[in-house]
Amino acid sequence: MSRSGLVTQAVARRSASKLLKNPGPGLPPLLIPLFMFAAVAGALSSIDVGYYNYTAFTFVFVVYMGAMFVGVFTGIEIAGDFGTGIGARLMLAAPRRMAIIGGYVVMSFVRGLIAVVVIGGIAVATGMPIRGGVLDMLGLVALALLLNVATTLYGAGMALRVQSAGGGVLIFIPVFMVMLLTPAFVPRDLLDGWLHTAASINPLTPAMEAGRDFMANTSANLGLAFGATAGLVAVFLLWAFTGMRKAERGPSEPRRRRRRPGPQTS
Amino acid sequence: MVIPNVIFPLFMLAVLSKAGDQATKIPHFPTKSYLTFVLGATMVQGATSAATLAGGMLAEDMEGGFMSRLLLTPVRQAVLIIAQLAGVAIVGFVQSGIFLGIGLAFGATVKAGVGGALVLLAVAVLLVLTFGAIGLMVGAMAGSTAQVQALTGLFVALMFMSSMLMPRNLIAHDWFKTIATYNPISYLVEATRSLLIEGWDGEALALGCGIAAIGLVLALTVATLSLRRTLERT
Repeated sequence: MSRSGLVTQAVARRSASKLLKNPGPGLPPLLIPLFMFAAVAGALSSIDVGYYNYTAFTFVFVVYMGAMFVGVFTGIEIAGDFGTGIGARLMLAAPRRMAIIGGYVVMSFVRGLIAVVVIGGIAVATGMPIRGGVLDMLGLVALALLLNVATTLYGAGMALRVQSAGGGVLIFIPVFMVMLLTPAFVPRDLLDGWLHTAASINPLTPAMEAGRDFMANTSANLGLAFGATAGLVAVFLLWAFTGMRKAERGPSEPRRRRRRPGPQTS
Repeated sequence: MVIPNVIFPLFMLAVLSKAGDQATKIPHFPTKSYLTFVLGATMVQGATSAATLAGGMLAEDMEGGFMSRLLLTPVRQAVLIIAQLAGVAIVGFVQSGIFLGIGLAFGATVKAGVGGALVLLAVAVLLVLTFGAIGLMVGAMAGSTAQVQALTGLFVALMFMSSMLMPRNLIAHDWFKTIATYNPISYLVEATRSLLIEGWDGEALALGCGIAAIGLVLALTVATLSLRRTLERT
């Protein structure tokens, strides 16, 4: 295995062993979407959205949220690691520094898959009907995992720039906001005004609508959904890459005021 | 501090008021404006941030040893707790005023009139004090900012599992209606909402303010006792 491959593997294993020793930080990306699922499906199911089942309608949003929140929390982990100096030590061992990010992405991908399976399992166990077949479900999982990778890369890019766990809010809030600017609770046709416009230009919307088509076994615009999601992965890969370049250069020198010579005292 | 406490609840208000418009078409929905409906919940959501604000400050002072140094002075623990709350109450009052002002500017109405709007602000300050006291209680008991931060997730979950998005009588699922009925946040939301969409509803106000007042007294008592115990140990 190449040196970069070994670095990626080591970072992923370190991340996994940290999570196994202390599973607490792994719970929020799973619990927040599940609470959201229960709350939205429970409270808003009286709304007629023209879909076969409101729980199934909400499920797509929740399953994407689970996959993406794993990416968000991985970003916060990276920010913490670079804030405490572990990132700098990892960089000393890695000839290609993006291999470090690769390790985090691999671990986030595995955790994202677990989140999708757990949320899906709970939804099915509580009686959510699915009209789509196996291929449809694989399509939904593939979109969720692509979103997981895109979010992890976004989180990594931000983490490498802020290099402090306190900057976690800059990773979490924008992702949550962009998620809510999709047709999250009702279809796009039923939205109006600025939210309709925002949802129409939001790159997550095609994935959201395709996911619902997969669930309902209706025709989906797969090209647009996978194209937009893969585009997000490409953009955030560049974002993470430039973030790593900034981290390699190290913190910029603080501007120092030139001291003027004061009056001499004798 | 500005982003989570003000911008985020306002963003949620903007999105939910648009996305939830369809709910107003449900028969017997109490208002035609989902913005007005959800404005009360936004004020409660803003008030919950007082917990992390007050509790975080106390825990930070305890972690840094500042509280231990204060113990050397003749100041009483209860005074320390109340002083922390006073600052949070002012922030909460301004924050609630911003939520109400922006809500009204975008078309929300207060059925109870100008007097109702003033009472709404007073209720919001009471809620800020209650959540601030809960934050102080957790901060005094745990002495750790990380544990105080965990309250954010708990309150977000409790908010969404309440009658925040739909009146309890219109919730279709019985299991969710039961959770919302036993969730005290529902009554806080309903107290603020009653002034906005129903006018003067004594029962809703009494329930909401009563729960908030009981929570405030309990949390303050536990916070003072815990602070004394924690500081005696250090």
